[in-house]
Amino acid sequence: MTDAARIQRRPALTRAVVEERVLGVLRWIAIGLFLVATIFPFLYMVMLSLRSLERVARDPGALIPPLEDLTFDAYPDALRPVAEGGQGFILFIANSAIVAVLAVVISIGLAVPGAYAISRLRFGGRRHVSVLFLSIYLFPAILLAIPLFVFFSRLGLRGNLVGLLLVYAATAIPITIHMLRSYFETIPEGLEEAAQVEGCTRLGVIRHITLPLATPAIMSSGLFVFMVAWNEFLFALLFLVDSRERWTVSLALSQLAGSIEVPTTVLMAGAVILTLPIVVLFFVTERYLVGGLTAGAEKG
Amino acid sequence: MTAPLRGPAGGGGPTLRQRESRLGWVLISPTLVVVLVAVVGPILWTIGISFQRLRLRTLSETGLFTTDFSLDSFVAVVNARGFWDAIWVTLVYSVVGTALAIGLGLVAALIVRHPFRGRTFVRASMLLPYIAPVVAVTFVWTTMLDPNLGIINALGREWLGWEEPIPFLSQRSRSIEILGFEARIPLALITVIVFQAWRYFPFAFLFILARLQALPGEPEEAAKVDGATPIQRFRYVILPQLAGVIALLAVLRFIWTFNEFDDIYLLTGGGGGTEVVSVRIYENLIGRGDLSSAAALSLILAASLAVLLFVYFRFAQPRGVRV
Repeated sequence: MTDAARIQRRPALTRAVVEERVLGVLRWIAIGLFLVATIFPFLYMVMLSLRSLERVARDPGALIPPLEDLTFDAYPDALRPVAEGGQGFILFIANSAIVAVLAVVISIGLAVPGAYAISRLRFGGRRHVSVLFLSIYLFPAILLAIPLFVFFSRLGLRGNLVGLLLVYAATAIPITIHMLRSYFETIPEGLEEAAQVEGCTRLGVIRHITLPLATPAIMSSGLFVFMVAWNEFLFALLFLVDSRERWTVSLALSQLAGSIEVPTTVLMAGAVILTLPIVVLFFVTERYLVGGLTAGAEKG
Repeated sequence: MTAPLRGPAGGGGPTLRQRESRLGWVLISPTLVVVLVAVVGPILWTIGISFQRLRLRTLSETGLFTTDFSLDSFVAVVNARGFWDAIWVTLVYSVVGTALAIGLGLVAALIVRHPFRGRTFVRASMLLPYIAPVVAVTFVWTTMLDPNLGIINALGREWLGWEEPIPFLSQRSRSIEILGFEARIPLALITVIVFQAWRYFPFAFLFILARLQALPGEPEEAAKVDGATPIQRFRYVILPQLAGVIALLAVLRFIWTFNEFDDIYLLTGGGGGTEVVSVRIYENLIGRGDLSSAAALSLILAASLAVLLFVYFRFAQPRGVRV
């Protein structure tokens, strides 16, 4: 290679090479920062739940608390019923679980046929129904909260889990329909037609062909509804705040956080109890969920 | 919704098309009924409430429906102290929060786009803030930022030389020095915006990553061969292909942030200059038991959102992008 050629080639390469190197380093720095920012609050949550309040107060800046600080006392304190001197989280877990599971059952049970109809069957008004569901999905929860609050107050249904359950199921339906519909549309129609030619009825086709194929989508929408219901705060606050024995875990944590009598470390144990099921569920089923959440995004 | 349940036996029976249509309505009706009764009905009823004078205290006496309609609640709500502040805070919170969340999501998606060791782990941890219950994460943040017990203030004093704890979530306005200039910043508002970016960037991350991985590889390869630098490839090849998904995210996130209640209520309770409209609605509803004012305010919130969206779709939507 002559000198002239070398001089000519170098500047052309330099910028790309420099950028490549700098970005390569920046990328790892960014990955590190993102990891710290996303994981640290959760580590901190667990860390505080394992120390006693006096230790935390004495050394609030401890990144790695000394081993002799470790204590699991906060968990039994949080879980035990109030009568036994605890905060009663075991009851709140039961409330949350019941409402969330039933919300899944109801909304999926209703949404599967609905989503099938919207994706497969031609009927007058199909588009309108579809638009209606989409617009509800975008509606502010607080707008819905007021009339329901008034209605349930008047009927004396506040402080009742059934009211909450109904609201969760109803508000979950539009998003469930949307997730299921995008999945149904990926199932080749030829399969269903073939079965119909073989003499299967529509309902038979749905039961024997479509539903089995759509299991992953049904799973993922079910999980999604469960997570939303388990995490929900506003409606629980509006409907249940006055009756402690009906509190969900989310509501309980938010209410107890306001009182000075409950030590922060015990509340942190409550926060771990609230978060753990969701995180475990998510990591076990991540593949399903992420696919369902972003269904349609690929089309841009 | 009134599909006649006539058997196929009578007079030739329905055609295949009619049968399909009927089945469609039968399958959709249960969902539709639930949604109409539990969602659409109540939302419409909000309008009714806003034109009445319903108070929580006297609810059992007045009944749910009265016939004297008035605009009093709207007038009272708009003239109440702090109304315009709340609108302004809501706008700032939504615009800045949305932009930050999408920006972070874009960066996050770009850095985990290509495989590396531990990528699955990094990707999964980036979703944590979004999937974790809002009450739990707001509680951790308030504790972390607590002036006495919190780790941030402890570390700040130990390592960064802060002379006294910074009340991140309660101080309305704080003066700081940037390059020798004194500036006042809305501290609590900035904190809740940072929280909102932290909590919702994973949503943008998921969508942008899904789109990135569906992109065809050839244009990028071709640009590389032609000597385009990584930044040029991003600017001229990748970013244009992400415009659609980013526009969609901007609309969705803006809508949700605009109506957001949980995050701010749980972090600050609306104090320290962070009172957004939805928190104000809650205050009217529960704090003052003024049902009609709450309803009027929520309609104003919904209407402003509708206007903003209309303006966006009518005038500002990028060409060729369908949301």
